[in-house]
Amino acid sequence: MKALSQKRRHPLAAIALLLMGLLLTGGLYAVATTVNEAKASTTTYSANDTEEGGKLFAANCATCHGMGASGTADGPSLVGVGAAAVDFQVGTGRMPMQMNGPQALKKPAQFNDEQTHQLSAYVASLGAGPAIPEEELVNGGGDAAAGGELFRTNCAMCHNAAAAGGALTRGKFAPALADVSGKHIYEAMVTGPQNMPVFSDSNITPEGKKDIITFLKQIESTGSPGGADLGSLGPVAEGLFVWVAGLGVIIAFTIWLTSRTS
Amino acid sequence: MSAASTAEPAFVAKTKTGRFTDFVDSRVGGSGILREFGRKVFPDHWSFMFGEVALYSFVILLLSGTFLTFFFDPSMAETHYDGSYVPLKGVEMSVAYNSSLNISFDVRGGLFMRQVHHWAALLFVASIAVHMLRVFFTGAFRRPREMNWVVGSVLLILAMAAGFTGYSLPDDLLSGNGLRIIDGVIKSIPVIGTYISFFLFGGEFPGTAIISRLYMLHILLVPALILLMIVLHLFMVVVHKHTQYPGPGRNDNNVVGYPLGPVYAAKAGGFFFIVFGVLALMAAFFTINPIWNYGPYDPSPVSAGTQPDWYIGFVDGALRLMPGTFGDWHVEQVWFGHVFTFNVLLPALVPAGILFTVMFAYPWIERWITKDDREHHVLDRPRNAPTRTGIGVAGFIWYCVMWAAAGSDLIATHFHVSLNDVTYWLRALFFVGPIIGFIVAKRVALALQRKDREIALHGRETGRIVRLPHGEFIEVHAPLDEYKRYKLVGFESPQVLPAVPNEHGVVTRKEKRRAALSKWFFEDRVAPATPAELEAAHGHGHAAVEAPEESKSLSH
Amino acid sequence: MGNHSDGSPNHSGTVATAGQNEVEKFQDPGIPPHRLRLADTDPKAAKRAERQVALLFGISVVGTLIFLVAYFAIDLGDDSSIATIRLQNALLGVGTAFAMLGIGTGIVHWAKALMPDHEVSEERHAIRHEEDRQAAVRIVDDIVEETGIKRRPLIRNTLLGAVALAPLPAVAIFGDLGPRPDDKLAHTMWAPQDGKLKRLARDPDGTPIKASDVTIGSAFHVIPEGLNELHEGKLNEKAKAVVLLMRLDPASLNPSPGREEWGYNGIVAYSKICTHVGCPVALYEQQTHHLLCPCHQSTFDLTQECKVIFGPASRPLPQLPIAVDDEGYLVATSDFHEPVGPSYWERDSHERSINS
Repeated sequence: MKALSQKRRHPLAAIALLLMGLLLTGGLYAVATTVNEAKASTTTYSANDTEEGGKLFAANCATCHGMGASGTADGPSLVGVGAAAVDFQVGTGRMPMQMNGPQALKKPAQFNDEQTHQLSAYVASLGAGPAIPEEELVNGGGDAAAGGELFRTNCAMCHNAAAAGGALTRGKFAPALADVSGKHIYEAMVTGPQNMPVFSDSNITPEGKKDIITFLKQIESTGSPGGADLGSLGPVAEGLFVWVAGLGVIIAFTIWLTSRTS
Repeated sequence: MSAASTAEPAFVAKTKTGRFTDFVDSRVGGSGILREFGRKVFPDHWSFMFGEVALYSFVILLLSGTFLTFFFDPSMAETHYDGSYVPLKGVEMSVAYNSSLNISFDVRGGLFMRQVHHWAALLFVASIAVHMLRVFFTGAFRRPREMNWVVGSVLLILAMAAGFTGYSLPDDLLSGNGLRIIDGVIKSIPVIGTYISFFLFGGEFPGTAIISRLYMLHILLVPALILLMIVLHLFMVVVHKHTQYPGPGRNDNNVVGYPLGPVYAAKAGGFFFIVFGVLALMAAFFTINPIWNYGPYDPSPVSAGTQPDWYIGFVDGALRLMPGTFGDWHVEQVWFGHVFTFNVLLPALVPAGILFTVMFAYPWIERWITKDDREHHVLDRPRNAPTRTGIGVAGFIWYCVMWAAAGSDLIATHFHVSLNDVTYWLRALFFVGPIIGFIVAKRVALALQRKDREIALHGRETGRIVRLPHGEFIEVHAPLDEYKRYKLVGFESPQVLPAVPNEHGVVTRKEKRRAALSKWFFEDRVAPATPAELEAAHGHGHAAVEAPEESKSLSH
Repeated sequence: MGNHSDGSPNHSGTVATAGQNEVEKFQDPGIPPHRLRLADTDPKAAKRAERQVALLFGISVVGTLIFLVAYFAIDLGDDSSIATIRLQNALLGVGTAFAMLGIGTGIVHWAKALMPDHEVSEERHAIRHEEDRQAAVRIVDDIVEETGIKRRPLIRNTLLGAVALAPLPAVAIFGDLGPRPDDKLAHTMWAPQDGKLKRLARDPDGTPIKASDVTIGSAFHVIPEGLNELHEGKLNEKAKAVVLLMRLDPASLNPSPGREEWGYNGIVAYSKICTHVGCPVALYEQQTHHLLCPCHQSTFDLTQECKVIFGPASRPLPQLPIAVDDEGYLVATSDFHEPVGPSYWERDSHERSINS
């Protein structure tokens, strides 16, 4: 006991206490914000949704994620990942996974909208997490220029400045974002699927996320003013094009030019 | 109206153009030049056109570049964008980037000019590269053209310099990160690297000076040097006259082709418009360097797929291939309190150094090995110089491996393989690829020679099967006419040149080394077919396809 | 008939060719006989070719008109849409292409089909003539003789010295192209100013970050507080100071002795500037805890203090020591303990002076 009281008087004790206090407030704040996020949604789940979702989950997901979504060696726990994570993973067809690989690939969705809704309801009932975003946040209408700046700082290094996608380590990759719905982009940002970092509302505000989606939709819909964009892959695609197509056409002309007419 | 020449006062030009020429000539005295060039003969072959493609691309670069300078402002001062491109409205950026965007969106035809300029730049370097490959593989660099080969190599380097300085000018995110990589490479230079970096950027990276400095180099110094080198290059082409491919009626003492006026001039002149037209089509339908996607330069963001233009790619690829650590051993070393950044220095300098040194020196290397100091105006078909072809292919593959490494991330995403595996494979190919390339190319060249021999001796396979009276089936071979045959047999087949004692009767070590290289060069050869063999082949009848040359096709 | 046996090297120092068995070589049959084209024999074909050439020139005229129409009829205005620009660009390009290709293919077709296509042979001349050579050598000798440079070594030597020194000013004036590096590369904006620790702020808007904002798995792109207010050298400071802030399970971090206090509850901050050649290492994989540089694929392991596990970088990313101030905001407790970014000659001595 004496040792403990001595420790309490240690000069660092004040700092330690302060840190603990901060940690506590920080934790509470984090919970508060996620609760806010959960509240932000207008989606409502009935008890029936949750129940049906539970059945679907047990039949299709529990093999990897465990009964009650508590996680196994093959799949992480889904307690607290929120409805947004389910809506993203199932809605884009990434889950259920076809096979174990470096990362889950986008494919045709295996569940219809209602089933996805029920699964989301079930997982959301397990613990508070990011909810499915409201309509008005994901339909554009924000500031494309501000969104562009946020996109270049936070997203372009993996997804490419024109959202054409890019490589990650050991077979993983950041997908291209064309044809991805605003809702799924938003959900990916708040939940950080697979190796993507989480961009919580305290990092990029909902307004900022709306701007990013606006930017992406804008560049996708307008296309390139210069003609075909060659995949927006940058100088590699351009170099390949000039060697294959440019020089190819030129060589065809040189052969015609130096051939004899009949 | 009378001719300038006093010797033939009666001569009067027949056409208006002729009279005009006469008018100019009587005042500047160019008749000698015209007499020399007017009917100068140029051989005609499609592979001779790449130098022209490069020249015309350069002319188009000058034209489109001049237009761009009217609107481009190389200042790195801060401004806010207020142009037509909505996703950048109000964004803080440099004046240089702002003016590049304005050229793209608010100057009529500006985007077209930018795209023509950039496509022409890529084509300029690419056509120089293809031209040099043609010259190398056909042995056109041999005496008397060694110096012109050197001038051409300098032009390649200048073209790369022009391209790189231009690539950075828009001050967008992509080129800014490219500059940052250059800064990192410069800083790795021992002793003076930090100073060079500070002097180049006018202080710390990125500073506010680099764009305007690169601009001066891009529009003044580099193009002036390129022009000078082009003048030298063309002057030497005129002095040497063009090389020609081997064939009937062509030898080292003549040049067979079309006279400059009118046929060749028309074709070459028309070709300029064709190159321009092709570039215009590319600029019309294919985006190049979409600077609006990348955003203004800012040291914090970066885009996936950050690469240089293709001609710098091989250096970038070499940088990617070099491992920075071997287990726990760091390639970067601190010796005597100073940093030796070998993980940057080695890949940035060594491969490019080897490539360019060998490229510059190759005519002399080959001349030393072969002791061949004669003038050559008839080209080698690549198959008839198997070792040289093998060396060329080895170098080309080495280059391509590094080049591919610059796109390792795109290879990974597009072929769904691991980025790390791509790098491991390319690291292996960096060493193995050239060796395999050499062996395969040399064997293919020898095989093609054998095929030539066979065709020269037995004619072409017609695909017609005939049954002989005694039941044997043979394929009928159509004999060649003497012109076609001469094309296959009329080449030199040099042989191993053993070491020769010098004037003191001593075989020096250097001479022994040369002899060993000569052996390596010429050991494997297929002797060209001779009339006697042709006679013998006919004697055996058409059925005997394989027999006669079996003993002499390839001897060691 | 092995080729080693007949390859006697005694042939005027050049490659042994089939020279000694000249009889065995095929004789050059000369230029093949000229083959007439259709247009040479058939006036109708010639007329047809003529019309084709004229048609091609006509296409060129159409191309020029397309260009002019596209240029004047499409007005970019103040706020032109992307679609308008794309249309104009395509039409200008098509116009130019037609105009150029029309002329080009027309001329070439003309040359190929209608101009004489007799191959001619021209003799090559020696690049120099012996008498020219001798005359030139004599001239050079005379010039050298007349200058008397051989007889007056004093002139020669002083001239050589002067010429050797003359370029020095040209080198010297390059000294003002930029300031001296001194130790500028060793310091960043993160150093506490007047005893006040710098807060970590979001890039690009510059708002400070609270520790509680940083949830597990998230990555923040960070600049020092006050960077956006700089008027001069903003990008220079940003180029050194950008930081990536991540939070992971504290148990997965393995800080080495002396660096236990550099993170805060699993939140760690590392320089974003690659130690290879300086690209921003911004790709954070939140499950593998790897940082990847998109330029040259150097990979750093966050759980091993950003040790290099793949790629060309040789040094770990420098860590920024952080803590939380009394308002809950993250602050840098000091500058980096080593120079950030790519290596340079003086780097090691800078690092030693920072830590001493």
